[in-house]
Amino acid sequence: MFYIIGGVAVLSALIMVTNKKPVSAAMSLIVTMLCLSGMYVILDAHLIAALQIIVYAGAIMVLFLFVIMLLNIQEKEGRLSGHKIFLQFAWIMLVGYVFISMVKLIGGDSLPARVEGSINGFGTTKAVGEILFTDFLLPFEIASILLLAAIVGAVILAKAKVD
Amino acid sequence: MEIIIPTINLASIYPEIVVTIFAVIVLLLHAFTPHHSPGGAGKGGDHLGYISFIGIAYATFLVFTQEGGTEYSFNGLWILDNYSRFFRLIFLLGTGLTILISVKYVKDEGINHGEYYSLILFATVGMMIMGGGADLITIFLGLELMSISLYVLAGYTRNRLTSNESSLKYFLLGSFATGFLLYGIALLYGATGTTNLKGISGFISESNFGNPILIMGMVLLVVGFGFKIASVPFHMWTPDVYEGAPSPITAFMSAGPKAAAFAAFARVFFEGLPSLQGVWVDLIWILAVLTMTVGNVIALVQNNIKRMLAYSSIAHAGYVLVAFVSANELGIGGILYYMLAYTFMNIGAFGIIIVVGGKGEKRVNVDDYTGLAYRHPVAAATMSLFLFSLAGIPPTAGFMGKFYIFSAAIKSGYIGLAIIGVINSVVSVYYYLRITVAMYMKEPESAVSGAESMPSLVFSTAMIIAMVIAAYGVLRMGIFPSAYIALAQQSHLSF
Amino acid sequence: MSEYIPVLIMLLLGAGTAVGILVATTLIGPKKSFADKMEPFECGEHPIVSPKLRFSVKFYLVAIFFVIFDIEAVFLYPWAVLFKRLGIFGFIEMMIFLVILAVGLIYVWKRGALEWE
Repeated sequence: MFYIIGGVAVLSALIMVTNKKPVSAAMSLIVTMLCLSGMYVILDAHLIAALQIIVYAGAIMVLFLFVIMLLNIQEKEGRLSGHKIFLQFAWIMLVGYVFISMVKLIGGDSLPARVEGSINGFGTTKAVGEILFTDFLLPFEIASILLLAAIVGAVILAKAKVD
Repeated sequence: MEIIIPTINLASIYPEIVVTIFAVIVLLLHAFTPHHSPGGAGKGGDHLGYISFIGIAYATFLVFTQEGGTEYSFNGLWILDNYSRFFRLIFLLGTGLTILISVKYVKDEGINHGEYYSLILFATVGMMIMGGGADLITIFLGLELMSISLYVLAGYTRNRLTSNESSLKYFLLGSFATGFLLYGIALLYGATGTTNLKGISGFISESNFGNPILIMGMVLLVVGFGFKIASVPFHMWTPDVYEGAPSPITAFMSAGPKAAAFAAFARVFFEGLPSLQGVWVDLIWILAVLTMTVGNVIALVQNNIKRMLAYSSIAHAGYVLVAFVSANELGIGGILYYMLAYTFMNIGAFGIIIVVGGKGEKRVNVDDYTGLAYRHPVAAATMSLFLFSLAGIPPTAGFMGKFYIFSAAIKSGYIGLAIIGVINSVVSVYYYLRITVAMYMKEPESAVSGAESMPSLVFSTAMIIAMVIAAYGVLRMGIFPSAYIALAQQSHLSF
Repeated sequence: MSEYIPVLIMLLLGAGTAVGILVATTLIGPKKSFADKMEPFECGEHPIVSPKLRFSVKFYLVAIFFVIFDIEAVFLYPWAVLFKRLGIFGFIEMMIFLVILAVGLIYVWKRGALEWE
């Protein structure tokens, strides 16, 4: 399952960076987001998976599309040659491989042990909410102030005419 | 399963609540005031500035009434100790002075009052949260609150191109740095299973601390905080942002947020990662040397005074990093003392820059200060006082601060670092004195180019109050430093 | 994981319908192409300008507000799930959160950022 979702995610991400039409690129980004959401499900992070779709594939993508239309980007003539893309892809893979093997070499044993099976109720909306509304009460309220400041900032910077 | 409600100690966050409430009041007051008259943006909003100032004063009073001792609350996410109290005072002082020097500027530039002051207050809340957070999540949220407000404030004068540039650069690079910080936090969480600073240090001390993930997380945190304090090589944004932002905001950014970043930086590293000290001390040693040297050397050739002070601010971050490296009680005290002194002297210097710059910030080059002493002896004398303090010439606060920091470094055996610091300090005298020389030793140009080269300067009452407070602070901390040093000593972190 | 099987079936059905209809039309439908038919369909009128217009920055503001209030809504989900168990404590907590954001809404409204002009 992981490899299917991961494969589709990487593939759509590749399409996104190589596509010369901005809107199509944004669409492939949505596919990547959906695949990431699937990943979260595999990791038992159910709430995060739902949020990934609501916030990223929904709200943030709307923003992306607005910006694309706002800037009215013309299609760029010419594109990266497949050869070049392949070369870059290979490089990234190589770096990633070296990195992983390095971590394994130095301290593979010091990684926290992988938990087999899912912890009881871990990652569900209930479990997240329980922690969020009790232990992490203060950050929760700070987040609302943060959002308020963001609203004010958006009005100031983006409103066409501030009187 | 029963829901367990954590201990809530509202008293420990009273000052934050007060500042937030005042920010909201200012925001709503502004929104409900009709302002549709043409060109009415700059008129009749002074009271919002004064209301904000009252809020800051009240919060300061509350900080003083909070009882001493160290106290955790909100399930260990929040800490109230002398350290956070001292830093809150620095933030509130910086904000208060900024509001005072802003009043006339805001009116002259015809920019909106309400959002301006409330964003400053929101940024202050963010800083205070950074100072009082005992958990990486709290600290991160505080940092974001502060940064988002600052991104907007930097671009507040929307019709000035440099201001837009400043805001955009700050935002892009800042969010990148935030990404580093968040990645570092994630790695630390992955390695230790907690974001609580005490929990992290407990975990590291009882297990192996050679974990590469841990080290990587720590390095990423250094990058993230290094950006916020503008240390070399993460300083690239500073000159452009400082130059482009409205002058009062530049003053604000260089004092409060920098102190806040240091507060969180020191708390995370001394309370969360003390076991890794052997690793990060070397890293920060290099940062300190680079920051001091690059900042001072580039400042030598600047002609725009805001840009010069931006590089000077980088250099000062380097001095504070020296105190950081020293990592003893004296060092932490040094950070606190120096940030307080820096708040006084830097906001003071920017106050004069605002007055001389005039409407539209037209006169911001060193040449514009030529002969200032002949026309406005008081302004020139005040500016010289702040510049002497920045250069570290006795009997000013800057001198005591540097003295304190370098003796802390020597005491911990970093003699080489102290020597580099002193050499840098000598280099810095050149560019600070350049302004003083221009003000006192050169004839005013007006004889040649007519009277328009330097119109009379207008000091508003609020500005005069701010300058008096800043000058008093600089002299008081320089001449009778013992009380402040004792206060700073008491407020060191327990580690 | 098993609770996601309906989601998977739903996804497959959705994708299948879309692909199926496309394939079916190309297979079944008659293919006659002439100039008018190749034009973009715009309520039967001939298109006059390129559809690639620049959007006003006002849309952007709306989109930003959407994102911000969307995130607010995100916090409501776990709260709604736990509403009964959190009791009065959770209620007060969420009310503080909502009041702060309501201030944002009032502000946006009063400042006229929601007006189009």
